[in-house]
Amino acid sequence: MEKRVVFKHKFLPYLLVAPQIAITIVFFIWPASQAVYQSVLQEDPFGLSATFVGLANFVDIFTDEIYLHSIYVTAVFSLSVAVIAMSVSLLLAAMADRVIKGATAYKTLIIWPYAVAPAVAGVLWYFLFNPTVGIIALYMKVLGYEWNHSLNGGQAMSLVVIAAAWREISYNFLFFLAGLQAIPKPFIEAAAIDGASPLKRFWTITFPLLSPTAFFLIVMNIVYAFFDTFGVIHVITDGGPSNATNIMVYKVYHDGFLGLDLGGSAAQSVVLMIIVISLTVIQFRYIERKVNY
Amino acid sequence: MVEHRPWLTFLTHAVLISGMLLLVFPIYVTFVASSHSLDEITSNFSLLPGSHLVENYTRALNVGSKDVGATVGTMMLNSLIMALGITIGKIAISLIAAYAIVYFKFRFRMFFFWMIFITLMLPVEVRILPTYKVAADLNILDSYSGLIFPLIASATATFLFRQFFMTVPDELCEAARIDGSGPIRFFFDILLPMSRTSIAALFVILFIYGWNQYLWPLLITTDESYYTLLIGIKRMLDVGEGQAEWQIIMASTILAMIPPVLVVIFMQKQFVKGMTETEK
Repeated sequence: MEKRVVFKHKFLPYLLVAPQIAITIVFFIWPASQAVYQSVLQEDPFGLSATFVGLANFVDIFTDEIYLHSIYVTAVFSLSVAVIAMSVSLLLAAMADRVIKGATAYKTLIIWPYAVAPAVAGVLWYFLFNPTVGIIALYMKVLGYEWNHSLNGGQAMSLVVIAAAWREISYNFLFFLAGLQAIPKPFIEAAAIDGASPLKRFWTITFPLLSPTAFFLIVMNIVYAFFDTFGVIHVITDGGPSNATNIMVYKVYHDGFLGLDLGGSAAQSVVLMIIVISLTVIQFRYIERKVNY
Repeated sequence: MVEHRPWLTFLTHAVLISGMLLLVFPIYVTFVASSHSLDEITSNFSLLPGSHLVENYTRALNVGSKDVGATVGTMMLNSLIMALGITIGKIAISLIAAYAIVYFKFRFRMFFFWMIFITLMLPVEVRILPTYKVAADLNILDSYSGLIFPLIASATATFLFRQFFMTVPDELCEAARIDGSGPIRFFFDILLPMSRTSIAALFVILFIYGWNQYLWPLLITTDESYYTLLIGIKRMLDVGEGQAEWQIIMASTILAMIPPVLVVIFMQKQFVKGMTETEK
């Protein structure tokens, strides 16, 4: 799509794109290419000398058990977040779609947690489950269940999943509700006249028609769990106990910033870039059919 | 509603109300905790509001937690400067870049377009160290420019404006040109006023995005006077063997939520528009 009517000017258009392009080069393209460059170098910790080592850094990370474990942790984490956030929000959206009176009030009250930062969501749930002051942890103790996520890896994982999914419910809710409201009502009414129960109508009509929305949300939730949940992990567990919640993004930060392993961290960055690029391509191939950029 | 089923209507409301309670519960507990004294929180925590509300918030705002070295008031101001800087910066540079790409024919137009597109694929999280190094070389660690500039390039905002400009009728531009207005005049007098709703929608989304930044400020601020509120809260939690000052932490957490939540509640229409149009 192109404009028929355009302005002609020698230097004005370059001036207009200049700020965006300058920022992109300085803070995006240059650092990313540096990451690619460093991923094939072995540097000493003082940054005094670097030698070309080919793919050795990649071989290193993919034979490192901690890194393989981190991939596994990331997969478990992002799938759990996606499944929990999507199922809860689908239930709420299906219910909100039925409501006539007070629909706006429900909607407002369900979407606002999107404004809460992932790091703040982390603080909220960290406080509730804190083994010494958290009220949920204390009630569990009364019921005879010992909760201490700083010692128990499974509990730590559950806690970060809950905190990350809690915030993402509202995002999913908004898109599911929009998807539901876009389904033509005559479909549902015809099925109702034929005697299909509400549950049957949902599974045979609504749910299949909602599948494009659901597919889009799966991708968005995985992107969120991969890249936007650093704050949740950093606040609640710091990747621990013994790497039980050490997701890939946290590990890049930890190895590069605290461990100063430049080559290894850069190689991990490159792996993450490949993941983002694939996810973005999937997302755009899908959106292409819906929106025309 | 298709048919009358009283029990189903009842179930609908029951599910929605329990969903809302699930969402509100952690925040309610946090709020209650911010109204108790530290003793009340650690020894016998009650789920009813306590009597230390004003005391905790005034202390947080004016003094802050021990060992952090900055008051919550200062940190909120830093968060606000960062959020507004990112929001306004992103909108401004994306608007003019999209204007150039849509309304001008020039060499490398598509090349620039794809260059902007690439930023979509490179979140801070995947290029932590080299970006930090750039910021260090430019000498913008511990500064507002360092908090703002690396985050203001945005492919989504540019796409949104590009898409909107495409829907603006060509006749408007023709008419403007016949009346003798140049590109700058057309931009300020016609295009900018027409873009108001898109700008408002983006403002809401980007303000939340900016206020909630965590990883980047964590990397580049070591000087307390540039801490944003989220970083400050994390520092308050890191007390090692000591006792965390929960009442102050909880008050700060509530304060950290207020600005973005208010923006969502009061600009809900723009928020929903922004979410569904930027797809992120």
